[in-house]
Amino acid sequence: MTDISASHDVIIIGAGHNGLVCANYLARAGKRVLVLEAAAQTGGLAASRQLDGGFQCAVPHSLPQLQKKLVDDLKLTDFGFRLPDTTLPTVALNPDGKHITITADQLCGASDADTLAYGEFTRLLNRFAKAIEPFWYKSPPRIGSGNWADTLSLGQFGLNLRLLGKQDMAEFMRMIALPAQDLTDEFFDSDLLKAALSWDFVIGNKLAPRSPNNAVLNQLLKLSGDLAGNNRYHTGAVTLFPGGANSLIRAMEQSAQAAGAEILCNASVKRVLMQDQTAVGVELDDGRTYKAHHIVSNADPKTSFFKLLGARHLPIQFAHRIRRNRNRGMVGKLHLGLKNLPHFNQLNNANGRLLIAPSREYIESAFDQAKYGEVSDQLAMEIVIPTLQDPSLAPTGHHLLSAHVQYLPYDIKGGWEEHKPRVLESLLNTLQQYAPTIRESIVSAELLTPKDLEQEYRVDGGHWHHGEFCIDQWWVNRPTYGASQYTTPVTGFYLCGAGSHPGGGIMGAAGHNCAQQILNTGKGAATP
Amino acid sequence: MATAFGHKPILTMTPKYDAIVIGAGHNGLTNAAYLAKAGLNVLVLEKNDYIGGAAVSRELHPGWIYSNCSYVCTLLRQSIHRDLNLSKYGLMIVPYGSTTFLGANGSYLAEYTNEAMTYRDIKRHSPRDADAYVRYHRDLMRYCKLIRYFLLRTPPDPTSFKPRDIKEMIYMGRKFLDMGEETIYEFIRFLTMSAADFLDEYFESDLLKAGLASASIIGTALGVYSPGTAYVLLHHVMGDVDGSVGTWGLARGGMGAISNAIAGALQDFGGKIKTNAEVAQLLVRNNRTYGVTLTNGDEIHADIVVSNLDPKRTFTKIVDAKDIPAKLRKKAENFKIRGSSGKLNFALTGRPTFPALPQNSELTKGSLQFVESLEAMERGYDDWKNKRWSRKPFVELTQSSIWDPTLAAPGHYFVSTFVQYCPADVEGGWDQNKKDAFAKSVIDTIAEHSPDFEDLIAHVEVRTPAELESEVGLTEGNIFQGELTIDQLLFNRPFPGYAQYRGPIQGMYLCGSATHPGGGVSSACGANSAREILLDLKRSKVNGAAVVPEEFVDD
Repeated sequence: MTDISASHDVIIIGAGHNGLVCANYLARAGKRVLVLEAAAQTGGLAASRQLDGGFQCAVPHSLPQLQKKLVDDLKLTDFGFRLPDTTLPTVALNPDGKHITITADQLCGASDADTLAYGEFTRLLNRFAKAIEPFWYKSPPRIGSGNWADTLSLGQFGLNLRLLGKQDMAEFMRMIALPAQDLTDEFFDSDLLKAALSWDFVIGNKLAPRSPNNAVLNQLLKLSGDLAGNNRYHTGAVTLFPGGANSLIRAMEQSAQAAGAEILCNASVKRVLMQDQTAVGVELDDGRTYKAHHIVSNADPKTSFFKLLGARHLPIQFAHRIRRNRNRGMVGKLHLGLKNLPHFNQLNNANGRLLIAPSREYIESAFDQAKYGEVSDQLAMEIVIPTLQDPSLAPTGHHLLSAHVQYLPYDIKGGWEEHKPRVLESLLNTLQQYAPTIRESIVSAELLTPKDLEQEYRVDGGHWHHGEFCIDQWWVNRPTYGASQYTTPVTGFYLCGAGSHPGGGIMGAAGHNCAQQILNTGKGAATP
Repeated sequence: MATAFGHKPILTMTPKYDAIVIGAGHNGLTNAAYLAKAGLNVLVLEKNDYIGGAAVSRELHPGWIYSNCSYVCTLLRQSIHRDLNLSKYGLMIVPYGSTTFLGANGSYLAEYTNEAMTYRDIKRHSPRDADAYVRYHRDLMRYCKLIRYFLLRTPPDPTSFKPRDIKEMIYMGRKFLDMGEETIYEFIRFLTMSAADFLDEYFESDLLKAGLASASIIGTALGVYSPGTAYVLLHHVMGDVDGSVGTWGLARGGMGAISNAIAGALQDFGGKIKTNAEVAQLLVRNNRTYGVTLTNGDEIHADIVVSNLDPKRTFTKIVDAKDIPAKLRKKAENFKIRGSSGKLNFALTGRPTFPALPQNSELTKGSLQFVESLEAMERGYDDWKNKRWSRKPFVELTQSSIWDPTLAAPGHYFVSTFVQYCPADVEGGWDQNKKDAFAKSVIDTIAEHSPDFEDLIAHVEVRTPAELESEVGLTEGNIFQGELTIDQLLFNRPFPGYAQYRGPIQGMYLCGSATHPGGGVSSACGANSAREILLDLKRSKVNGAAVVPEEFVDD
């Protein structure tokens, strides 16, 4: 394609972390990159937000998926990002005060049998994570294309599994389909422990402890990072953002700029410009236009194809496949600004990831209501207090409580406006059972529902991963075939967001893979 | 009796056979028939005083013959039917025609035997769905075609480098690739997703979605929203009657006719069946089996012992813990064999009416399914999770005697219903009161659609998972001998490393529905197992022809 009027080689729509990573790799390869961000600041879903009373927070609060390789490639530490030096334990809160503390290699407060089983449990999961690790940072192959590179990639997948050894390979192929319920039953006795371990298998998706097929994959995605040590089991080794999400995003932004990428904020893209069935540029809401050889969307697939591009430019079958993509969020975010450190019953040190999920039935019944668009009064949550690590996130002496809450359905019967105050109230009631004096410390509070995430962050469906993370929307089917190699049926139009392989979480792999695909254009196979 | 040497006299007649099959269910009988066909001296041991396991015809009320467990048939492999010449032994499968979904407020939607009629009927509800149904059917048939290649084959072990396993993996891989790139991607999705998500992609009518989803939960401890249920749906449409894929039929004379026909073939090959003979223990010496003991103390010897029981029973009850690796016992304990279904079988003194259906149409004779919506079905599953039977159960009603007059006298009817969900471990345990209450909930559901049904009942047999377990020997009353989830399918069935029908002890094999290809009256598990046994004995061919059919017979 030769459009001499193009001002840039690549335009990236959206400065989420994947967009920034993609821009960075492309700029480092000598491409002229322009990143357009609709919001006033970069970061997308990971952008920092202000909570009344001088608190700084962000939707994600931990960093299980980031790899050291990415930090090094982009030299993020040169731009103010500090590698986390400590990991936090997970504490399964027990209403009776007999909590269980989980670290990467041990349990505290559990029976001897459970402690012993935990070793085998983490050994297996870490081995599985290791086996599939190379595939997160790689474009998915096409199956049955006959192309040698695809065949090689599939062969490597098989080989990696086989290298697990006969026993572990067989277990991998069985366990990958197990629900968290059965998996934890096979290893452990304690209900509290089983619930706490199930949490990581289900969080972020429309999954409950009894849901088959996708739980282990969901956990393996969380084991893809290595900042806490190579493939450490993260239920026991949570890493928070040193300096808040803001410090990582600022480093990503500055590193990209230093590499030569141009970033424009308050630049909301209205549509992608087409010429001869090829994407050639973008038009902003304010009428400005930019042209480039490659247009990359960091937005979710539905926004990218229907809002930015327009269904009329897509083959009908493909449009149908994008439309059927399941992307309704299930997780909410609670932020509480507190004037002092909350005290949890029988807990000496609140510096950990605290889980309110006393049993798997508790999680399951919250899910059962969410399935029908209702919200349970007994919600499960994952709490951290980032100000214990980084006091600068709140005014002196104050603390921030940050919690992921499951399950809040995007499509709630009656609408969120009607239900939000009640849900916030019931969350505070639940918290009060574990931290009785917490209400008196609250300075400010906000609850972000999936609907809020959709509106504030322009993510259709308000889903963490821009779309359900499950086997049927994974790898060759993410977001759907025909677009799973980051290219799309429209020449010159690419995807680099969490809706593409490998999915969401602060990881940057989709951005990395998309950049590689663009740099390899011409070498790779065409999409079907 | 002691002798001068302190031993039992050597001439005590301990009977000795080439092979013993434990359990005269249809798979056990099929297995025995093939072993006998290859010339082995075979004995089948059955704990009940009748054969057939869950494929039986029993006169439970004078004048009415009940197919009181399995009640319809589609998976029975045609090649086995032909190969064992089962028609000669009286087997006749009669397709039963239409399936109608009866919804709330008198609505109905029918799958006729005639596609054009089905199209027209769906169109009454949604023109869009009528068109989508054509696509839906085409897509399902593509997936069926793939799976059908694998039914009569032994699953390869993907962790093995043995030439045969590699050859089989390549065979499977090629069939998979033959589907073409797009169908491959769609199949991967289909295999792992939920029935509700799958159906939502095609249809908008609640009644149609709910009706089609019923096949995804029958016998399964999962809900329509649970990932993995789309495959269960396929399991219920991949069978055939005389090559008509997706068609269901009834065995004339009740489902026992299938067991009896296979038993007939077995006996003609010289095999023997002993009823009232419950096996207590597998005899093992030096990691080799040499027979079994019965609960009455008798000992019967054989070099080969095949268990048609589920792996939980096999490895935790009749095999001594010291004879198998502790890891295997653990696998058996973890094996998922969950009771989720109940049944009510009725002797009726007249033909019930269903006012919602057009009078005198073929629909009044077909299968009737009482459904409402996906959500209502999922709520039924939520009840099961909470150890209750579904307050609004899914009920499938089959009017068997309309198609098979041998089951009841003229004017009388045998009707069987299948109910989802009914827990094995109901809160507080099953007792008569709970059983009655469960039955009432089902009869009330039927009564909503048929005002005269209740008055016609001469006798009702209520079967909760507890009865299925105690009578048939299916642990927890699971009709498939184990959940049909990916972790328990193909090379994972019943568990990794044991999917090729061989047990951990030499001479010991498995042949029940807990092995590949799983539940349903298919005879495939029994036949596949026999093929492996004969391979080990180097007797898989007689006069150059394979004893057990393997090749897919294209339909």
